[in-house]
Amino acid sequence: MSTDVKVPQVAAQKHSSNHKGIKLPIYMDNHATTPMDPRVLEEMLPYFMEKFGNAASRNHSFGWVAEEGVETARERIAKLIGATTKEVIFTSGATESDNLAIKGVAEMYREKGNHIITAVTEHKAVLDTCKRLEKYGYRVTYLPVQKDGLVDLDDLKRAIDDKTILVTIMAANNEIGVLQPIAEIGKLCHERGVIFHTDATQAIGKIPLDVSKQNVDLASISAHKMYGPKGVGALYVRRKSPRVQISAIIDGGGHERGMRSGTLNVPSIVGLGKACAIAQEEMPQESCRLAGLRNRLRERITSRLDEVYLNGSMDHRLPGNLNISFAYVEGESLLMGINDIAVSSGSACTSATLEPSYVLKALGTGDDLAHSSIRFGIGRFNTEAEVDYVADRVVETVERLRELSPLYEMAKEGINLKDVKWAGE
Amino acid sequence: MSYSDKVIDHYNNPRNVGSLDKASHDVGTGLVGAPECGDVMKLQIKVNRETSVIEDAKFKTFGCGSAIASSSLATEWVKGKTVDEALAIKNMDIVKELSLPPVKIHCSVLAEDAIRAAIGDWKKKQGSGKPVAVEAK
Repeated sequence: MSTDVKVPQVAAQKHSSNHKGIKLPIYMDNHATTPMDPRVLEEMLPYFMEKFGNAASRNHSFGWVAEEGVETARERIAKLIGATTKEVIFTSGATESDNLAIKGVAEMYREKGNHIITAVTEHKAVLDTCKRLEKYGYRVTYLPVQKDGLVDLDDLKRAIDDKTILVTIMAANNEIGVLQPIAEIGKLCHERGVIFHTDATQAIGKIPLDVSKQNVDLASISAHKMYGPKGVGALYVRRKSPRVQISAIIDGGGHERGMRSGTLNVPSIVGLGKACAIAQEEMPQESCRLAGLRNRLRERITSRLDEVYLNGSMDHRLPGNLNISFAYVEGESLLMGINDIAVSSGSACTSATLEPSYVLKALGTGDDLAHSSIRFGIGRFNTEAEVDYVADRVVETVERLRELSPLYEMAKEGINLKDVKWAGE
Repeated sequence: MSYSDKVIDHYNNPRNVGSLDKASHDVGTGLVGAPECGDVMKLQIKVNRETSVIEDAKFKTFGCGSAIASSSLATEWVKGKTVDEALAIKNMDIVKELSLPPVKIHCSVLAEDAIRAAIGDWKKKQGSGKPVAVEAK
């Protein structure tokens, strides 16, 4: 390659600190997005200038070279999820993949039925797509989840009727990292002749996922959640037993076997492929390391603070996810206190709607504790020293804010906050 | 969201944090908001019975940075004012001083409510809700 763009080492950091040699700010919000792996960028770079061809150009080497890059990526994705290359469709990301899967099935199977089943804790890309279909005459069942965040298979069994065409349940939740029983759900769907889509955005590359073994018919994939570039994703579409067909949302040149027209984003697709290859190679060690860091973070926080509550199942959870509520402390004020650390909160104050996290509410977490929740997303580039620093900062900030909290004071006086008649706002 | 320097200053160095004896005759306590809404403010004032001047004020707040800053500022402002002067503080004064964005205006409303609730509690203690030590105007 002749490009001489320098590959940066991990993410560019603006600030620096001499605290135990770690760099600030610390990024620990890897469910929102991940920094790109330098190896991914390196693989992508030639496809911007040198290998710039249109993968759909059949008559010259520029096109062939680009197509070769795309097909290598397709193979790598297929290999990671146990699919064949013809079953992988490139999209602009998981939101598009979710839309394509759900609307594509809804339109294609309209004559068979109009009923779709999903769960209340799904990502908005799924929920809002389902809501739109309701406007067009589809019937949608939103399954509740149990206290641990898992869907009850009996609820699902009961919800399926002879008009059900699609079940869409995510593999791993973006807020609480809870893993749904995908294989069991898929088996149930296949027994009843219903198509099963899973939004696997947070799961792919983090935990093993095999579309054959787990009876998945459609799976949404995103690159930027697995150390790849933003703006590219894929949809797995099963071709055999059963053969799943979807109507296109975007019409045009008939790319991606008519399911998704538009010139392929070759550099990003190459990046997605590389991200999948790295994930496949390193997943066993990486998931073990991340779970270790996550458990260390939890331990170092809960051993020093009382009234800290875990949100969602610990047993069925992504290795890098920790979502906890700090009673008597409001989430946004906590984020403000740890402003050299990037994490997320389920507090209403951090959302545009002024409503606390609907995922936490679905678990039965009270609004008060939902306001007090923090999501830590530990990723590939986080270190043990960073985890220790984060734990220290969280503990000291929670302690400071509790000293400032009238609720903490009242609780310490023995007042049951549930019995207080609040003036409301 | 980025915060104004004043909000950050109040958040990092909150003024008048603490509690006064809520049983004391001279102390008025206001507790407003609700945990479910993500904001609870407790604002207390200690009033001189002779002059009706607020001699001390303390607060504790469960809420976002803007809520903490609004209540911190409220205690700063009411101190040294008479009860009537304190009642003249409007939420928009707080919005202006702290440069609160529109989504945080409710924090300032809560702070105004907290001042009113504290004064109301104090007045109640002075006898059947009538403002005993406040000069009639």
